[in-house]
Order: sequence, then C-alpha cells, then structure tokens
Amino acid sequence: MVQHSVARLDTSFAALSDATRRGVLEQLGRADASITELAEKFHMTLTGMKKHVAVLQQAGLVTSEKVGRVRTCRLGARQLEDETAWIERYRQLWTARFDELDKVVEEIKRKEMIDERKKRR
Amino acid sequence: MSAKKEGKNPVTIERKSALELVVTRTFDAPARIVFEAWTKSELLKRWWVPKSMGMTLLSSEADVRVGGTYRFVFDLGDSKTMAFHGTYIEVKPYSRLAWTNDEAAEGKYTTTVTFEEKAGKTFLVMSEVHPSEESLKGGLDAAEATHETFAQLDELLITL
Repeated sequence: MVQHSVARLDTSFAALSDATRRGVLEQLGRADASITELAEKFHMTLTGMKKHVAVLQQAGLVTSEKVGRVRTCRLGARQLEDETAWIERYRQLWTARFDELDKVVEEIKRKEMIDERKKRR
Repeated sequence: MSAKKEGKNPVTIERKSALELVVTRTFDAPARIVFEAWTKSELLKRWWVPKSMGMTLLSSEADVRVGGTYRFVFDLGDSKTMAFHGTYIEVKPYSRLAWTNDEAAEGKYTTTVTFEEKAGKTFLVMSEVHPSEESLKGGLDAAEATHETFAQLDELLITL
C-alpha cells in the first residue's frame, strides 16, 4: 500500500506544478548540471534558477553540492519514488471525476424529490 | 462522523498488487442513483470527462448491458483523437458493473465497480486488473492522453 504524508505530497506537487521545474528535472534526469548551466538552458537569471532549484530541493526532488565555485545539481532520492507522484496524478483524475459525479447524483436526487412531491399532491 | 465543510468525500487509492489498483469513494445517495449515473450514457459523459482534465469529448456511446460496448472519443488537439473503448461484461443493477478496456497497446484490462449501500449512502469500490505493470501505468498515461494535460493539473492544483 502506498502511503505518504499529505504534507510531503503537497510539497512535491507544488514543486512539480511549474513547467520550468519539470524541465529541470527532465534535464537532470539526463545529466547532472550546474546552476549556471541550468540557467542558460532555460534562459533565466542565476537568481531565478536558484529559486527553482531551492523549491525542488525542499521537495527532495533535487540535491546539490558546491565544489569550489560551482554548485552541481542532481536528482534527489525522491525521484525514486515517482510512483507516489504517479499515483497522485491518478488520484487527481478520479477526485475530479467523482466530484462531478457528486453533482450528477445530487441532481438525480433533487429530481426524484420533486417527482415524489408531485405524486403526493 | 461529522460532515466536512466542503462536503466532499475523500478518494482512496491503493495499489493492491503489481497488477491491481483499487479506488474507493462514498457517495451521499442510494446505490440505485449512483448506479444510474454510471449506466446512463447521457449521465456518464457528464462526469467522466471533468473540465479540469482539459480534454474535449468528441463523442460518447455506452450501451450498458452485458455484451454491450462503449466508445469515448477525445480531441487531443492538432486534429489528433483518442478513443477509449471496450465491452461491458457484468451489469448487475445497483451492485456491480464490469467492463474491458480494449484501447491499450499493452493489452486489454478489466475494470470492476461495486456499489454497496449502507444507511442511504453508497460505498463504491473500483478495481482495475491489468495484464502487466506496463499496462497499469499505461492506463493512466492514456487517461492523461498527453503531457499537455499536466498543465491542466497545474490549474487543478492551484484550486486545491
């Protein structure tokens, strides 16, 4: 059974909700890269990229190590848990579907109640 | 149990095994009504394609009886479409529904839904049994259809 704390999932999903950050993860999946390289690749300022990397680090998706002046980023341990993210996407789909289904069900209930009242009259 | 303010019942998802995925949810209505929403084509299409998925339903047919078929066709943009289709293999009014999902390249898989009524509410259990792990993960990818739908997920996440 897959069970993870909601708070951790929230952090991961917030981290994954940005196209640049997803791009960074894809990039790091191919090879480790420095912040400078990532900033260039995504046409961003160093400061901007540092912020994105910090969010990914907080979610445990990326780790970084500073050697001399260069900070190298690589995929974090959480990447191994991509099943969590995968299941969570599935949950999003079914949550959305079932919330709509609630509406349909409520509508049928209302209709039946009105019909009942009409019958009694 | 006290009702939550937003009134939405939680969805649980459990990976029972490498090949089986189980989703549950309670609905505040008798099984008869929930079953109706799953088996009447015009009702089914209203909730099967939530707006947040960002997919456009081009056509939908569901002949819900044993041996009957269903076919949902989605617009993927760039004049590409995707069809989800299969056959109903069990239709037991108000309690059980099962169908095959025939669209996947990884092989067919079966979905079974049970409706259990208790004190006017319905506990729904949906189980997907896949022929392989690739199929299990493929099922979700197919449901998402494209990576672009990830953008829709972003929108959804913002509203959470």
